[in-house]
Amino acid sequence: MAEFRLPPNSRIKKGRHFDAANGAANVRRFAVYRYDADSGENPRIDTYVVDIDSCGPMVLDALIKIKNEIDPTLTFRRSCREGICGSCAMNIDGGNTLACTRSIDGIKGDVKIYPLPHMPVVKDLVPDLTNFYAQYASIKPWLQSRTPPPPDQERLQSKEDQELINEPAACILCACCSTSCPSYWWNSDRYLGPAALLAAYRWLVDSRDDATGERLDELEDPFRLYRCHTIMNCTQSCPKDLNPARAIAETKKMLVERRY
Amino acid sequence: MSLRSPLGRVLGLGSAKDGTSHWWGQRVSAVALLLLGIWFAGMLATMSGFSYAEAAAFIARPVNSILLLLLTVSMAYHSYLGVQVVIEDYVHAPGIKVVSLLLTRFVHTLLAVAALYAILKIGLGA
Repeated sequence: MAEFRLPPNSRIKKGRHFDAANGAANVRRFAVYRYDADSGENPRIDTYVVDIDSCGPMVLDALIKIKNEIDPTLTFRRSCREGICGSCAMNIDGGNTLACTRSIDGIKGDVKIYPLPHMPVVKDLVPDLTNFYAQYASIKPWLQSRTPPPPDQERLQSKEDQELINEPAACILCACCSTSCPSYWWNSDRYLGPAALLAAYRWLVDSRDDATGERLDELEDPFRLYRCHTIMNCTQSCPKDLNPARAIAETKKMLVERRY
Repeated sequence: MSLRSPLGRVLGLGSAKDGTSHWWGQRVSAVALLLLGIWFAGMLATMSGFSYAEAAAFIARPVNSILLLLLTVSMAYHSYLGVQVVIEDYVHAPGIKVVSLLLTRFVHTLLAVAALYAILKIGLGA
């Protein structure tokens, strides 16, 4: 049955408070979700007061400053710090986004930072994305062609054909979309989620791919594809401004189109 | 605890190769309900203030009877598809899930047949 409360060991307790402003004039409070499986304790919210004048403009800058100068135990993923690796996806100010492209200025009041929703937490802001990556692998994200490649050149695409895959191929697999989707929250064991479905669509519309029919066969399932109820949180949360909801709708249209 | 690979778990029992007819059926019945609903609202407005005998005679007109039958079928079908999705979304305990899916099918069929019987009884002259 649906669960209406978090399990007892997941309920969030009040955490510690760190004031590192040292009387600075310009400060912001960061409320950060902390969880350490090894401690056996419940998750808690720690608050950090940070001097903004000596901090970069993005939420990731503040997290790095907190880890470097205030609390080295804070754990999070980050790499490129410019919105292309997808590592620092987390729930900031109530929405899933990348910490490196979200400006502190744009947030009113306390900056609340949680891991991506409804995922198992490894530690602090690091979710376990094993299932998410397996779902991506399950859609066979590679070119499948029965046409032999030309002996002396690449497989060519027209400019128009290339434009079809331009947007869906720009996905960085940060998981902001899938973990913002209520349908994914309740059924992520069987529903592929917007990220994997956007990736599937990228190959469905690739003019060089000959496996469109087999790909549609694999997607045609009450759970894998049709758990999408057009909630559109995916499109709203995408930090790359992509449109997984439209890709899913187009996939559903293809499945109807091949019947009539 | 299972040592099955994450990919194996995702692939699970494979694709049901179905779901499109369900999705399409929901859309088709929605369009039917939109058209029949507009007609039904007009019918109710016309019938306001009718006596029982007048109302029965009005429903017994072939056009009204037939459209009411269609409305009943579309409504029951559309509602059944919708409730089924709600159960699949939220009910995960295997036993309760099967029982709820059976119950919703039976209840919708029962309500639809009861309504059809009532309309036919009036339409074919009780």
